[in-house]
Amino acid sequence: MSALSLAVRDSSTMLRRNLLHARRYPSMTLNLLLTPVMLLLLFAYIFGDVMSAGIGNGGADRSEYLAYLVPGILMLTIGGTTIGSAVSVATDMTEGIIARFRTMAIHRGAVLIGHVVGSVLQCVMSVVLVGAVAVAIGFRATNATVLEWILAVGLLALVSLALTWIAVGMGLSSPNAEAASNNALPLMVLPLLSSAFVPVDAMPGWFQPIAEYQPFTPAIETLRGLLLGSEIGHNGWLAVVWCVGLAVLGYAWSKSLFNRDPK
Amino acid sequence: MPSSVMPTSRRADGHPSSAAVSTVGLRKSYGDKTVLDGIDLHIPAGTVFALLGPNGAGKTTAVKILSTLITADGGQALVAGHDIATSPDGVRAAIGVTGQFSAVDGLITGEENMLLMADLHHLSKREGRRVTAELLERFDLVDAAKKPAQSYSGGMKRRLDIAMTLVGNPRIIFLDEPTTGLDPRSRHNMWQIIRELVSDGVTVFLTTQYLDEADELADRIAVLNDGKIAAEGTAEELKRLVPGGHVRLRFADPAAYQSAASALGEVTRDDEALALHIPSDGSQRELRSILDWLDSAGIEADELTVHTPDLDDVFFALTGSTNQPNQPKEAVR
Repeated sequence: MSALSLAVRDSSTMLRRNLLHARRYPSMTLNLLLTPVMLLLLFAYIFGDVMSAGIGNGGADRSEYLAYLVPGILMLTIGGTTIGSAVSVATDMTEGIIARFRTMAIHRGAVLIGHVVGSVLQCVMSVVLVGAVAVAIGFRATNATVLEWILAVGLLALVSLALTWIAVGMGLSSPNAEAASNNALPLMVLPLLSSAFVPVDAMPGWFQPIAEYQPFTPAIETLRGLLLGSEIGHNGWLAVVWCVGLAVLGYAWSKSLFNRDPK
Repeated sequence: MPSSVMPTSRRADGHPSSAAVSTVGLRKSYGDKTVLDGIDLHIPAGTVFALLGPNGAGKTTAVKILSTLITADGGQALVAGHDIATSPDGVRAAIGVTGQFSAVDGLITGEENMLLMADLHHLSKREGRRVTAELLERFDLVDAAKKPAQSYSGGMKRRLDIAMTLVGNPRIIFLDEPTTGLDPRSRHNMWQIIRELVSDGVTVFLTTQYLDEADELADRIAVLNDGKIAAEGTAEELKRLVPGGHVRLRFADPAAYQSAASALGEVTRDDEALALHIPSDGSQRELRSILDWLDSAGIEADELTVHTPDLDDVFFALTGSTNQPNQPKEAVR
C-alpha cells in the first residue's frame, strides 16, 4: 500500500471512530450549540432594538440588526465547536488506546487527521443548525448569488479547519479535559471581541485594534459581504491569510506535540 | 546458538532459533533519574520471557521502549529483526502490545473495538468480521460484545485488550503486568491465555511483580532492579543463586525461644517472630538429624516448617528489600 493510500485509509478509520463517539455521546456537541443560539436570541430579541438604533443611520429596525448579527454568530459557532474538539483531543490522549495506536504500523498522523476532519464536519453541521435557527427567526440572504453561497460555505469550512488545528494543538498541550476547555477559551472569547455584535468603528478607540487585528473580524466581514452584499474590501484576502496561517501553525504545533514521547 | 541452559525455540516452521528481542546497553533517564541503566537481553523466538521487578524498577519503561512507544537515550535494540530506532514501523508490524493500563476505547462497544483493530490492520470487511467473531468467542466476550467497553469489569477489559492485540496476528507480544489488579480466577484465566499464545509459536515478553507468575509461565526470567538486570536465567537457575533452604522453628513463649537460641548456637535468629532458622537441604536424612539434635537439647518448638528456596528468596536477595523475615541477618541492611 502506498504511503498516501495508507494515510487516507487509516485517517478515515480514525474519522469513523470519532464520528461514532460524537453520535454515541452527542451531549457535548449539543451543549456547545446552546451558547451561539442563546446569544443569537438574546441579541436579536432582548438587545435587538437598542443595537439596531446604533448601526446604520439610526433608523435600523430589528431585522437589519439580525442580518448584521448572524454572520458573527455563525463564526462564533465555529469557535465554540472547536473548543469541543480541544476537549475531545485532550480526553482522547489520556486514553490507553492512543498508546496502542502509537505501537501499531499505521499512518502516524491518522489519529490527528481523524480528529480534524471529524471536527470540521461537526463545525459545518453546527453552522447549519444555528443557521436554521437564524432563518427561523427571520434572517434572509436572498440577494446572494450561487457563487457567493459557495464561497461562504468554503470560508466557513476554511475557518473551521484553521481553528480546529489550533484547537487540536491546545488539546494536545493540555493535561486533561478541564485544562483543554480553559486553554481553548480564546476560541469563544475572540469572536465576542470582534465585529460580530457591533461594528469596529463604534467601539472605544483604545479597543479598536483588539477587534481589528484578530482573525474573526476579517472572516466575519467577508461572510457579511458574501451573504448580504456589504463591502468586503481587504477583508477577503486578510481572512484567507489568517486561516492559512493558523492552519499551518496549528498543524506544525500539533504534529510536534504528538510526536513527542508520551509520558 | 542454543546453549545448555537456553531453551530451544519451539517455532513450528523448523527454522533455527533466532532472537525475537535482543538489546545491548539500553538506557533511559528522565531528568536526573536513570530508569534503565544499560539493559542487555536476548530472547529466543517462541519463548516466554518474564521481566521481574518491584514497582518503579523500570519494567514498564523497558516495554515502552521495545514497543516503540518512547525512544531510548542509548543502546541498541532489535525487535523481530528490526532496529527500534531506525525501523520503528517494521517493529510495529510484528508486535502486539497490551499495556498496564487498559488500551481499549471505552466509549465504543467491545465488538467495535475489535473491528477498529481489524480496519487498522487493513483486513477486508469479511476477514475483519471473521477474526472479530472468532476472538470474541475465544475470550468469552460474546455476551458483552454489544456493550460499551467502559462498562466491562477489570478482567473483561483485560481480555478485550488482549483480543485486540491478537487481531493482527503479532509474532511478538508484550504484556505489561497482565494480571495486576485481577481476581484469582481472572488471573488463572490470563495464565491459560498466555500459555495458549505460546503454543501458537508466539514470543511473549511479560513483566510482572509476582514471582509465582514468572515461575509459572516463563522460560527465562530477568530480575530488574534499579534499572539494571540483577540476575537472569531459568527459574531453577535463579533459585540456585540464593543459599539453600532451612528448617524454621517458631516459638510462642519468648523464654523458650531464648533458651533454644542459646542452646542451638549457630542458627539465624528472627527475634520479632520468635523463630530460628537452621540451614538444611530439606532431605529426610538432614531432617532426622535436626530432630535428633532438638530432642537431645530438649527443645520443643510450637511449629516446625521446612523451607526450600523459591523465587521470593531470590527476589528479596537481589532487590535488597528490608522487610523479608526469612532473610539471613547479614543481607539485611
